Parts: sequence; structure tokens; C-alpha cells
Amino acid sequence: MKTVFKRTPTLKDCPTHYCPGCGHGTAHRLIAEIIDELGIHDRTIGIAPVGCAVLAYDYFDIDMTEVAHGRAPAVATGMKRTNPDKIIFSYQGDGDLAAIGTGEIIHAAHRGEQITVIFINNAVFGMTGGQMAPTTMLNQVTATTPKGRTRASEGYPLQVSELLALLPGAIYVERCALSTPAQIRKAKKAIKHAFELQTNNAKGLAFVELLCTCPIYWRMTPAESIEWIEKEMTKVFPLGCLKDTK
Amino acid sequence: MCGNEALAEAAILAGCDAYFGYPITPQNEIPAYMSRRMPEEGRVFVQSESELAAINMVFGASATGKRAMTSSSSPGISLMQEGISYLAGAELPAVVVNITRGGPGLGNISPAQSDYFQATRGGGHGDYRTIVLAPSSVQEMVDCMLLAFDLADQYRMTVLVLADGILGQMMEPIVLEKKPSRELPPKDWALTGAKGREQNIIRSLWLGEGVLEKHNNKLKAKYEQVQENEVLCEQYEVDDAEIVVVAYGVTARIVRGAAAKAREEGIKVGWIRPITLWPFPTEQISKVANEFRIFLTVEMSAGQMVEDVKLAVAGKAPVVFYGRPGGSVPTVDELLDKIRQLTLRHEIKI
Amino acid sequence: MTADSFYEEIVIAGFGGQGIMLTGKLLAQTAMKAGKEVTYMPAYGAEVRGGTANCMVIIAEKAIVCPVVVRHDSLIVLNKASLNKFGPRLKNGGLLIMDSSLIDTEPQLDDSIEIIPIPANELAVELGSKKSANMVVLGAYLQKRGYLTADGAAQALPAVLARRYHKTLPVNTEALRRGAEFVKACCKV
Repeated sequence: MKTVFKRTPTLKDCPTHYCPGCGHGTAHRLIAEIIDELGIHDRTIGIAPVGCAVLAYDYFDIDMTEVAHGRAPAVATGMKRTNPDKIIFSYQGDGDLAAIGTGEIIHAAHRGEQITVIFINNAVFGMTGGQMAPTTMLNQVTATTPKGRTRASEGYPLQVSELLALLPGAIYVERCALSTPAQIRKAKKAIKHAFELQTNNAKGLAFVELLCTCPIYWRMTPAESIEWIEKEMTKVFPLGCLKDTK
Repeated sequence: MCGNEALAEAAILAGCDAYFGYPITPQNEIPAYMSRRMPEEGRVFVQSESELAAINMVFGASATGKRAMTSSSSPGISLMQEGISYLAGAELPAVVVNITRGGPGLGNISPAQSDYFQATRGGGHGDYRTIVLAPSSVQEMVDCMLLAFDLADQYRMTVLVLADGILGQMMEPIVLEKKPSRELPPKDWALTGAKGREQNIIRSLWLGEGVLEKHNNKLKAKYEQVQENEVLCEQYEVDDAEIVVVAYGVTARIVRGAAAKAREEGIKVGWIRPITLWPFPTEQISKVANEFRIFLTVEMSAGQMVEDVKLAVAGKAPVVFYGRPGGSVPTVDELLDKIRQLTLRHEIKI
Repeated sequence: MTADSFYEEIVIAGFGGQGIMLTGKLLAQTAMKAGKEVTYMPAYGAEVRGGTANCMVIIAEKAIVCPVVVRHDSLIVLNKASLNKFGPRLKNGGLLIMDSSLIDTEPQLDDSIEIIPIPANELAVELGSKKSANMVVLGAYLQKRGYLTADGAAQALPAVLARRYHKTLPVNTEALRRGAEFVKACCKV
């Protein structure tokens, strides 16, 4: 019998704690596949955020740490500067990276740290119970915007990729969506490129934003969530490569 | 070389692989010195965007098994408490230098000892301790740094070197030489890439019933070991003393001057100088506490260490406090006056 | 004063840019080279912004317990503001060295205090380096006190002067000597 699909070794053989229809599982799998394809399992160190992915070290079979909310790019800086031969990546959600950790990601990019950052944007705080994130869409109902996000009170959704693309130290910035199989294939290409830049010792930060579903706190079915990414989120967070200097 | 520079060079001597820091007075000589010397040695220097980032860079470097440090002054150390708590939870070694200044808030930039509570009680959230070393001369700034990196590695803890603006800025002749290092456990927990072994995980998150309790009890056992083995203090002419002055850091130097003058006047004064503020020399103080003595605690604060002195004395003798908060430095004569007053008030025979 | 109890507390003060800190460091370095115990403590940070600078040096035979100077034995001042601030804190019987080319007032101090006005700025200008007034007053101080020498300071200078200023070593050495000579000539010591 021909094997058409198997677990990639860097992904552990265990069920995750993620909700049905959540995008984290897909994102994990793509990263694990890329680590195996690039043969960098032995020298990759991952950094998990505070957020739903805090337990990512239970799913990736590599050396990993979990750090304070938003501080992953600073931790990654400390790791990479002292270990230039290692491949360092952070995996951060929108609460972590776009709210409390804005300073750390901007300055890591600004310094041109040679790290890879995977940014999961699902427009909401997941772990704490569906509160508004900086990336929450206008009119989106969350636990802390019960009548929907308004421009007047909470401001517009924050477009982190666009911000980072302005910085010379960020050498690669792309936004993808984990929605349809075609988009997921594009996302894999982007993530792989972001890791390859580091393995090729490119001088700067590689950043991939992934629009991700959160059916529970979007109050939708998984299928509706995918449609919402495609129809609504991409209007505010347009897909594509914002910058690739290599 | 000023105290700050001597301390920085000592860190290099101790094998510090990486320095991360953010400017704040009165410790700016440390990052300035490190920015020049670390690259010369082929090591890492990064000026971070904040103290928050600096302590997390230390976390990153330390997680990979490297010797890492940061330095700051009081307001910056407050910002670092989040990171220090995570370091404690994750059991990562780190050396943090606090060249203290007056507080609360922005306070001033004068020397102060008002961060004692923050330093010795953990400082951030959660059930943890940091080892706190309090040098009182430029030479001791050097010695404390050499010791700090070893202690950090041995116990996988944050070691805080608590000095003040005077020690940081002043110059004194010093001897810079590496002392033999302790025998240290291998860093088999470090994140170096899971090559030919199971993955290593560094974390401060311990979910599940009783899991964190078990972890915290493990930390507690470690802290007890530190209390057992690592107390450092100096004492002088305590045996016949009717007044025992307890002070640390630069204040202890002023106390030494006042005690010598008091002895010339025939007042029997001795002093105890804690070098480790945590673990505190509770036993050493307790041993000499009896009804025939008065304890005088002198601090550049409104009264912080005095609480530990009271705990150590445990009601066996009166404990009096004299402090100058807000960045003021007590003088030898002012302390001498205080000592004279005590002899009157308690009718100590001279 | 017996040699063993020798304990001299000095404050050096003036405008930022007059080389006050360097003068203090040089004094400390000279004393250290001569085998004395020494501490040097600068005013720092915002305190030294806005024009004034000062530092405290203690030189002694025995270990120095307290590095903070409250009342000093000697005061070297290069501007009027510093004289007003630190003059009253001089101990009775103390020594005041002041740059009389920059300070035009007569200090109102205790009679027991010896005052040596020296036109340091003028002397430095004569030497072709008006920035060396600090060296002139230090030379004067060392000559007056006598426990260290201006030559000793000249030898210690390369260790405290930033390398990029080493071309000024000869003129600064000359300024140290000029200060010493001034004291020799006028004070008959």
C-alpha cells in the first residue's frame, strides 16, 4: 500500500488541546514539515508565546521554551546573538505580538535580528476567553467589545506586517491565510522561505503573518470561519508578500 | 576605573558571554564599558529597547546555557521583575546588577538602599528568591561579580548584585584576578538543539493538579540549601559590644568610621555587615543577640533591612533604626551622635 | 600630624568643561601611585548638567571608610558658584586654592583658612593652553600640601587622560609645574 500522508517526525504523536476548527494545528504542522524538510531539527530552538500556543513545546519535538507575554523576540535575540549557528524561531499570537509585545517585535526587526517570526493573527485573544485584540475587526463582537469594535472607542485593526515592512531590518514580510488548501500551500512556501533566509544567514528578520481561524470566539462554525477569513479579514489584512529583499 | 567599570571587567573575567542592557543613571558606565570590551573579547553586547527586553534577552541567552547578565538602576529593575520571575520559574541562571538610586517613582539619582525589600523578597510575582550580594567597596564589586556567576550556575538562580550610586561611581584601587571557580553542575538542561537526545524544554508554566506545588517545593528545597551554605557576612568587635550596628553596602563603611570614633570615646560598639542580603545572616545576628545589647540598624532608606534584623534578634534585644531615605547619605558624625544618644537613653555603662 | 593618621579630604569644583573630573582622577591616580589609600567620587548624572561639576577625593595612609566628603580639608575651585557652595564647608584650618582670574570676589571664610588665589587661567593662556588651568591649580595644591609632587602628577597623567588628548601631555605637564612654581614664589614654602 502506498503511503500518501504521514506525520512528520518533528510533530509529536499526540492530540493537541486546540479547539475544533482552530488554525494552530495547521500552522504547527507546516512548521514541523519545514523543519524536517530543511533538516534543521537538531539545531532549531523554538519559542512559544503566552496564548493558546503556550504549550507548543508539547507538540514540537525540538528544544523549546515558553516565555513571558510578548517578549519572544527579545528572548530570540538573546538566543541568536549567543548562538549564531542555531535556527531560532518564535511563534506568537496577536495578543502576544501585536499588543503587549509590540515593542519587542518592532525593535527586533529594527535591529535586523536574524530570526524567524511566525505571527498567528486570528483577530482575538483566545486563551483568556475571546477578548478584543489589536487585530480585531471593526464591528467584531468580542468579550470586551460586546457591541462590536468601534473606530471611535477602540481604533482600527492594527496591521503589523505593514508596519514591519517599513523597517530596513525586516528583510522578508509576507501575509498568508490558513483558509483553503491553496492558501495553505502558499503559506507553507512563505514559512519555508522565512526559515531558509535564516539557514542561508541572511541579515535580517523574516516575518510571516498567518490569518487563522478561531471559530469558538468568532461564534461561527469552522466552515463559516474559513469563509470569514477569505471574505472579511483579507479586506483589512490583504494577502501577499509585502517585502522580500533577498 | 570606577566601580561600575570594575564590575563590568570582573564580569568579563568571570566568563560572561553576553551583556544586555538599557541606559539609566547611575549605572551608564557599565553598558558603555561593555559595548567596547565585549566585542573585543568576541562576546555579545546588545543595547536593548527597554529593561523588559534586556532581561528577556538574558533569558534567551541563559536558556541556551550561556552566561548572561544585565545591569540597571532601581526604576529599570522594577521593569525587569517580570523577567526575573520567569527566570526563577524556569530555573535559569542570570546575573542582574542594580546600582540603586532613590525612589519611589523616578525618585532621584542619588545613592539609596531603598530597593532592599524588592531585592530580598523576590521582587516579582510568585514564590521565589534571588540571591542578593551587597558589596561595600570597589574591590568587592569585583569579587561579588566573580561569585555571582558561579552561584547563578550552581543553583540555577538569579543573583542580584545590589550596589548603589556611590559604589558605582567611586574609584578605589583594586586587584582584578580570576579566582578558581567552584565545581559546577553540567548544563544538560540547556537548549542547544535536540541532537541525539530527547528535546529539552525550558518553561515556567506548570499546569495540572499539584504540578506547580511540586515544582515550588523543589525550588524551596533549593533555596534552603542556599540559606544553609551561602550566607556571607563580616563582623567586627562584636564580642564586648554594647551596641551592635548592622549595615550593608556603602553605609557599612560609614558605620565602620563611626564605630571607630565611638570606641575612641570608650563606647563599646561593634558591627555586623551582611554581604549576602538574601540569604540573610539571621543566625549570625541571632547568636550575638542578648539582653545586654542594643542593635542599631543603619540604612539609606526609611527602614527595610531593619525588619530582617528584628526577625533575627527575635525580641532578645532592642532594635533601633536610623535611616536617611530619598538619596541622602548619613555622615560619620551623624551616626556617632546617634550612638552617643543610645548610650544615654539606655544608660549603657561606659 | 603623624604619617599614620594622615587623612586629607579634598573637593574640586568648577564649571563643566574645565576638566574638574580629570583633575580629581589625576589627584587620585597620583596618590595611588605613591602608595596611598585613595577614593574618588564624582558628582554624576543630572547633578552635573547645567554647568557645575565637582568631585571628592580622599587620600589617607589607612583604609578609607567613608568615601563621601561632608566637610573638606582642602578646596580647589575654578568658578564663583563653586566657591559659594563649597567654601562654607571647608574645615577650620583648611586650604582654599582658587582661580583668581575667574573669581573676582574676596571669599568670606574663617580666618584660620589659608587662601591661595592663583591666576590659573592667565597662566594657562600664557602657556598656550587655556584648558590647562585645572593643571595649574592642581600643581599649586600639590606644592602647597607637599605630600605629593607636581612631577608625580605629570607621571600619572597618561593613565587618566584619554589617549586622543595625549598630544597635550607636554603642555599639561608644564601647567602642573607652573602652578607649583607660583606657590613656591608667592607663598615662600
